[in-house]
Amino acid sequence: MKTGIAFWNIIKKDIKNYYIKPPNISWGIIFPLSWTLMQLTRSSGVMNISDIRGMLPGLMAMSVLFGTTSMLAVTITFERKGHSFDRLLLAPISLSALVIAKLSGAVLFGIFNAFVPVAFAAFFVDLAGINWGEALLIVFLIAVTSTLLGLMIAVSAKEVFEAQTFSNFFRFPMLFLCGLFLPISSLPVFLRPLSYLLPLTYGTDMLSGTIIGASVLPPVLCVFIMLVFTAVIFIYCQYNIRKKWIL
Amino acid sequence: MDIAGIVTVANLSKRYGSLIAVNDISFSIRQGEIFGFLGPNGAGKTTTINMMIGLARPSGGSVAINRIDAVKDIKKAQSIMGIVPDESNLYDEMDGFDNLCFCGSLYGMSKAKRENRAKKLLERFDLTNAGKRPFKAYSKGMRRKLTIAAGIIHEPKILFLDEPTTGIDVESARQIRRLLLELKRGGTTIFITTHYIEDAERICDRIAFIVDGGIVAAGTVPELMKSVSHGYTIQLAADTDLKPLAEELQIHFDGCIVKTEKNNSATLFSEKRIALSPVLQYLDGKGVAVFEAKELRPTLEDVFVKITGIEAARLKKERERGGMVK
Repeated sequence: MKTGIAFWNIIKKDIKNYYIKPPNISWGIIFPLSWTLMQLTRSSGVMNISDIRGMLPGLMAMSVLFGTTSMLAVTITFERKGHSFDRLLLAPISLSALVIAKLSGAVLFGIFNAFVPVAFAAFFVDLAGINWGEALLIVFLIAVTSTLLGLMIAVSAKEVFEAQTFSNFFRFPMLFLCGLFLPISSLPVFLRPLSYLLPLTYGTDMLSGTIIGASVLPPVLCVFIMLVFTAVIFIYCQYNIRKKWIL
Repeated sequence: MDIAGIVTVANLSKRYGSLIAVNDISFSIRQGEIFGFLGPNGAGKTTTINMMIGLARPSGGSVAINRIDAVKDIKKAQSIMGIVPDESNLYDEMDGFDNLCFCGSLYGMSKAKRENRAKKLLERFDLTNAGKRPFKAYSKGMRRKLTIAAGIIHEPKILFLDEPTTGIDVESARQIRRLLLELKRGGTTIFITTHYIEDAERICDRIAFIVDGGIVAAGTVPELMKSVSHGYTIQLAADTDLKPLAEELQIHFDGCIVKTEKNNSATLFSEKRIALSPVLQYLDGKGVAVFEAKELRPTLEDVFVKITGIEAARLKKERERGGMVK
């Protein structure tokens, strides 16, 4: 019960302090929208609105990735610098509960980001027939792994600008490596193993399966691999927090 | 040293590579007392407190808080601790009231309970009007007071304060000292680190001096005073030079040594306590008017300087660096 109160209030505080601030809301809306429009006009310079459904898996995955990694990395680094993160470390809640609470706010923000392109697309194309429950679950998994990536960055960074630099270092290559807008099969052969080392590849593949019926890998395998990624990064982050922040 | 306390620290050490920050220290804190941990900057005070509260891992030794092994089960120990770090660690974007409520929630307090307590604490610290202002708009003294309020919102059994009066104004410092004494009266055990010796002397029941990572002395203020005080001193200021009377005074007051100064003043030292009135009567009989007469007692600073060998000048410098106006 006591941990529950603390857990819920950490999420509430993060959402109120960071995620529903006007700059972040506008980032969460404008960024996915801009990418959607950019993708729609990318080849011919003419907007082809019927393509939007085909682009949704990539746009959704990208929106989650960008929304979650930078937000968590920046907010934790910011709290570390202002010592307010120490207050959380000193609270009588387990490190696991604390980490999950910190992740939850960013995960919710990522899910919100993911559905901005969906809301936009709904104005132009028929999105009926898509299993949105399944899509939400996949978006959730992508959000969790991306948020953990943000936490991994936060543990390594001392300054906010370092966190931003690190997160870009990871995120931009992932745009090309994880099959968001280019199929992995079109990548040079030597890059493909790298694609399969990144959890976003599996999330995007599952989204492609759910939204346009074009997945390459079996969904069960994708879910399993994403869960393994989640567990490994979660344990690694906890280990690093103990090692680096509890001196 | 007494080991049966609510807090027991035994053979605690902390090494950072080849640097020994805390070297094999042991002490215990009794229930309901204010225990002062004094030392110059870099002596190991913050490292010690960090090991006790769970922000640093000891390289060796143990910490028991209310019989809980705080090294193995820090989360259980943290539930009865209140912690006020040397730097305010509240949220700049949140207002004072929300900051307190959030801190209460971290200890599992219900909404009604934490809101009620937050209101009371804001009132107690004269921060009611500032309660709805963001923390970033607070002055240094106000920030300190709110950080202390956040540390006690859940009514902890043991309160840890790291340099609570550093860099704040006289009134806020006084208010904090008063609050600590009130908490003590209410049964809270308090561990306080400071390099302000006067603060410790005013409020602490027992004190330990830490220098270069090791405890060099510990005890109550009178015990520490006794360890360096050998005799009593009276200082006099008169209307005339007391040098011609020095020898007579020494004869008249057996065992007394008189040292005169150029500015018509004199100092009388004795193994036994000297009453002021016979001295004044004697001088009056000699036609000397005494303007000022006082017994000089050693201060805790004298004790600290004598025990640690650290010069008063260094302490003064540190105090100036801390920016405190006393």
